[in-house]
Amino acid sequence: METLIDLDLSALWVSVRLATITVLVLLIVGTPLAWWLAHTTSRLRPIVEAAVALPIVLPPTVLGFYILVALGPHGPLGQLANLSLAFTFTGLVIASVFYSMPFVIQPLQSAFEAVGKAPLEAAWSLRASPWDAFLTVISPIALRGYISAIVLGFAHTMGEFGVVLMVGGSIPGQTRVLSTTIFEHVEVMEYAQAHAISAVMLAFSFLVLLVVYITNRRFPIHVS
Amino acid sequence: MSRLLARFDLRFSSFHLDVELDVPMSGITAIFGPSGSGKTTLLRCLAGLERAPHGFMQFGEEVWQDEARRRWLPLYERPIGYVFQEPRLFPHYNVHSNLLYGYHRIPPEARRITPEQVISILGIGHLLERRTHKLSGGEQQRVAIGRALLTSPKLLLLDEPLASLDIQRKQELLPFIRRLHQELHIPVLYVSHAMAEILQLADRVVLLKEGYVVGVGTLNEVLTSLQFRGSFAPHRVGAIFDARVTRHDSQYGLTQLEFKGQPLFIPLQPADIGESMRVHILSTDVTLVVGRMGSLTSVLNILDATIVEIREIDHTSVDILLDIGTPLVASITKKSLMSLGLKPGQHVFAHIKAVALNEELVE
Repeated sequence: METLIDLDLSALWVSVRLATITVLVLLIVGTPLAWWLAHTTSRLRPIVEAAVALPIVLPPTVLGFYILVALGPHGPLGQLANLSLAFTFTGLVIASVFYSMPFVIQPLQSAFEAVGKAPLEAAWSLRASPWDAFLTVISPIALRGYISAIVLGFAHTMGEFGVVLMVGGSIPGQTRVLSTTIFEHVEVMEYAQAHAISAVMLAFSFLVLLVVYITNRRFPIHVS
Repeated sequence: MSRLLARFDLRFSSFHLDVELDVPMSGITAIFGPSGSGKTTLLRCLAGLERAPHGFMQFGEEVWQDEARRRWLPLYERPIGYVFQEPRLFPHYNVHSNLLYGYHRIPPEARRITPEQVISILGIGHLLERRTHKLSGGEQQRVAIGRALLTSPKLLLLDEPLASLDIQRKQELLPFIRRLHQELHIPVLYVSHAMAEILQLADRVVLLKEGYVVGVGTLNEVLTSLQFRGSFAPHRVGAIFDARVTRHDSQYGLTQLEFKGQPLFIPLQPADIGESMRVHILSTDVTLVVGRMGSLTSVLNILDATIVEIREIDHTSVDILLDIGTPLVASITKKSLMSLGLKPGQHVFAHIKAVALNEELVE
């Protein structure tokens, strides 16, 4: 019994680590991409938007399959890393970044669209370089979008299952996350354990969404 | 005196700005024209917010854009203060932090204008700790002006800063804009489509129409140009100029002004000797007299004038453009023109029945 709880705890730890790293990567990659999507007039925009949104509608197994192929020893990413990334934590992070991308990009994009270019121009006129202006003016005004992006990205990564199973397998301590643990408990008829983890995830997801909706109401940002 | 040189040719799908400018940079230069004439686009080009492909712009000795030499300074490297139509204050900072945002971003040795100065000129001392959305429109715009001034700009660009305000707020803000120019000696480019603002503020005017500059000159030159009367310029403007207070005559209740060595009398004003006042003369208040009849007229203001140009207005009246050191227009009847036999180059006396002060003319 104790080993079972240990296993579940290690799965929780893998899940949290995965979600944290995924969100960090997505914030770094997603901020410029979301900014570009919010302000570009390029004809490529709808294509990029559609690609970003794909994981919302695509069966996770489809996404998982292609990522698995790409990560494998003969896939482009596997060759780049000169070893197979399939069934490793790194591979899982790469897969999660794609899988959770829309949940980070879309809130950022709408936040940047709402902020508009006006505050940026004002900051420039006050001698702020683009980088300075982004840090001191744009991101604070877009704070709400960042909170939504972080929370949704984190929660969605915590909840992924199909992609994880395809790309990561379920190696304890490495690629075994909470959602796959539930599946395994059910497979061996350990309903009590499955129930415990499921209840925690349900409560967690609900709280996360509650935080998103409360911050959206509570901190209306005034953009004159 | 330093000058501003600019050349922009910028095409949008439905609009074409094609502008060449060469204006002295002193006082307040108004960019005036109807909506859609390209005023804001021109200002954005000057600021570096729009980039015309073959553009050129020089301010004094500094070249900010010269596409032929691939030179381009982004806005944040130009010593410009920019006030937008909307205040664009930063909502996550209070008034004080908004004011100091640019101030902290220029080197300390470049800070010619101090927060104390700006706060006192703009009268915003009581607002410093407030959040920006708690301010009225006029207060917000004053903070926006203050914030721009605290970058100690060499050139201040104002894009219809009063457009979103009601008449009363406008009247509050106009004196601030005149004062900041007078006290801080920063040349100002002021975009507006409101003639009342131009009449009160501008020293010089750039007239814009459908993306082209159609006239440049001092306010009085442009307003009295027979070409623009009735279109851009209000119909009855005879002249607008700044005259200096030289003397008060309390016995007769008169204040004496001087303009280009000629005296002008107006009702007694609470003004200091040496102060400059903006006066308006309506063209219908100007009577022309050949030969001096000073002793026989009740008119106080008689100016030496030379006829420059005569233009027929309608079947009965003509406008006569005079030179009194600055242009002055007299509207008289065609019958008078004939009976006096007036011709360009002729010397006459302009009898002025009334001199209005700035404040009285703008409602």
